Amino acid sequence: METYLLQIFNGISVSSILMLAALGLAVTFGLMKIINMAHGELIMTGAYATYIIQGVFKPLDGSAVFGLYFILAIPGAFLITAAVGYLLEISVIKRLYGRPLDSLLATWGVSLVLQQLARSIFGAPNVDVKSPAWLNGGLVLTEGLQLPYKRLFIIFLAALCILGVYWFLYRTAWGRRIRAVMQNRSMAQSLGINTRMIDSITFALGSGLAGVAGCALTLLGSIGPTLGTGYIVDTFMVVVLGGAGSIIGTVAGAGSIGIGNTAFEFLTNASLGKVIVFLVVIMFLQWKPQGFFTISSRALDE
Amino acid sequence: MKNNIIRKWKKAFVGTISAAVAVSMLLTGCGGGAAGGEQQSSSTPAQGGAASADTIKVGILHSLSGTMAISEVSVKDAEMMAIEEINAAGGVLGKKIEPVIEDGASDWPTFAEKAKKLLQNDKVATVFGCWTSASRKAVLPVFEENNGLLWYPVQYEGMESSPNIFYSGAAPNQQIVPAVEWLLQNKGKKFFLLGSDYVFPRTANKIIKAQLEAMGGELVAEEYTPLGHTDYSTIVNKIKSAKPDVVFNTLNGDSNVAFFKQLKDAGITAGDLTTLSVSVAEEEIRGIGADNIQGHLVSWNYYQTTDTPENKEFVEKYKAKYGADRVTDDPIEAAYIQVYLWAEAVKKAGSTDIEKVKEAAKGLEFKAPEGLVKIEGENQHLWKPVRIGEVQSDGLIKEIWSTGEAVRPDPYLKTYDWAKGLSNE
Repeated sequence: METYLLQIFNGISVSSILMLAALGLAVTFGLMKIINMAHGELIMTGAYATYIIQGVFKPLDGSAVFGLYFILAIPGAFLITAAVGYLLEISVIKRLYGRPLDSLLATWGVSLVLQQLARSIFGAPNVDVKSPAWLNGGLVLTEGLQLPYKRLFIIFLAALCILGVYWFLYRTAWGRRIRAVMQNRSMAQSLGINTRMIDSITFALGSGLAGVAGCALTLLGSIGPTLGTGYIVDTFMVVVLGGAGSIIGTVAGAGSIGIGNTAFEFLTNASLGKVIVFLVVIMFLQWKPQGFFTISSRALDE
Repeated sequence: MKNNIIRKWKKAFVGTISAAVAVSMLLTGCGGGAAGGEQQSSSTPAQGGAASADTIKVGILHSLSGTMAISEVSVKDAEMMAIEEINAAGGVLGKKIEPVIEDGASDWPTFAEKAKKLLQNDKVATVFGCWTSASRKAVLPVFEENNGLLWYPVQYEGMESSPNIFYSGAAPNQQIVPAVEWLLQNKGKKFFLLGSDYVFPRTANKIIKAQLEAMGGELVAEEYTPLGHTDYSTIVNKIKSAKPDVVFNTLNGDSNVAFFKQLKDAGITAGDLTTLSVSVAEEEIRGIGADNIQGHLVSWNYYQTTDTPENKEFVEKYKAKYGADRVTDDPIEAAYIQVYLWAEAVKKAGSTDIEKVKEAAKGLEFKAPEGLVKIEGENQHLWKPVRIGEVQSDGLIKEIWSTGEAVRPDPYLKTYDWAKGLSNE
């Protein structure tokens, strides 16, 4: 019984990680229609940003204050990665709007450059980010059932990010402008919205969210230059399955892939579990190519 | 305006061309150029083209980019250090060794292509290289066709003995088999096998299963995850419900970090569960974080803490050259000594001719940091001591058991009755 309860928790936990990783892509790919192959490397940037911030706090290691670095690292990773995303947008992406194949190749190139850059700056071996002490251990429910604090924290962080993005897109003036531009660019333009600036800001926002995901990943695994490559396929799958352009779709997509992955991995094994999930996703997309949730708008109808 | 645009285009065009030329120069001349650069920075300034007449070219073929770079860069560093030391001591046969570095880029066809380039274009006397078994299998036909010589520094699954390869890492009977035996005697009978899904873990586990059957062990589960897998919560849950005495870990690369971090988060420490890893050394522990893997076991032939005078000197030199924060480990040491072994064989043969070097290498002994090693002529593997160690809180490994003397290499496990039928598959 405990085994199954723990497995359900694992499913939710994996979903929350996927959700965090895919949320940025839901903005850049879902809203802006940029096939950003460098999304994984933006996640990596966030992870290394966390590593740098930890380095700044190193002199305090051992004291109680050290553990707080992680709270600072989350907005820090967001800002640093958003800045990288902003630079990427104004230097490369802005020249490639409406040319999906070119942007795919260009961002693929960018991803290789970023990987090698990380390797040159931080060295080829993986680096270790020390998790803050207050996240070690877990919530012991029964003797065999222990929920790691880190996983609970990631679930909480994912929920917070979803709410934050939702609030930003649907409750603020900036969010309204972003949605206006993405849904009908020329109309938005003629109403006096600076669409060029909106593009940059939206891409920076998506990148920043990838950075937060990278920050969260430091709790679970290793930080290396190729960190992002493992997530790129899964995140695209989440966004496509959920329905491009829909935040709630991303939640649903991440949930079904995450829970599906862990359930099938538990019943079979890791490789076969993944194959089964991908098969199910492909079959589902045959039946409903738009994914779980579709947004009807003139711009998407084109 | 129009002129301006044309000028801009011209500029861009010229820029692209020069960039392309630079890139192609980098690609083709990378090896010699980069190597020359490093040489220059140390002591011996290269003297342009004329230098090549009185040098012996050797190839270094490792992944300097891609997913395997994490491990292979330090191995390359160790080989470069050995070459520099030999050169500083006068070189071999009165000539300096000139390394030609190629990047296998963690891509097996690239390894084969670069091996061909080293053998056919650079005509190197020997190559030091590879890490994964997949890359070794990819270059093996190239070395056999061109009659080249490869020195391979990493422990592996055995069942191979090419006349064109010297294996300076452990054969299974020098790492896996004694580890399983030790675990059965000291830790319990119920084994959980966990590995990455490719040739080394699968072959290693085939050996372990045969051994468990013969020695009264029990296999409770066998699990494989794809290379680069990062979520081990489900596997940890399976381990919890299977309740094994021992988890025998053949995971490779980044997966180890995720596995050990998540094992600890699930509330399982080395006190609750014994794990023994064969692909986690000091270098990997740095990425995992010592506090996550503290108390867990590993099996190798060499540790940074190995207590020999040769090792003390080796660790000091390595740290002095590459930084005090760097660590040495088994593959690094194997990579370092294999350069010396080759140089000794060349000196003994009086030539770099491959047949003569191979003949001279037979029975060659060398005082390595791990202890006295010897080349076994029959299968071109090394006699090596076996050591089981426990990870300490500082990230180093403390030896808790060792064979003391070097163990004869037996890649096909011919001397074990239970292993019959494994090798001819």
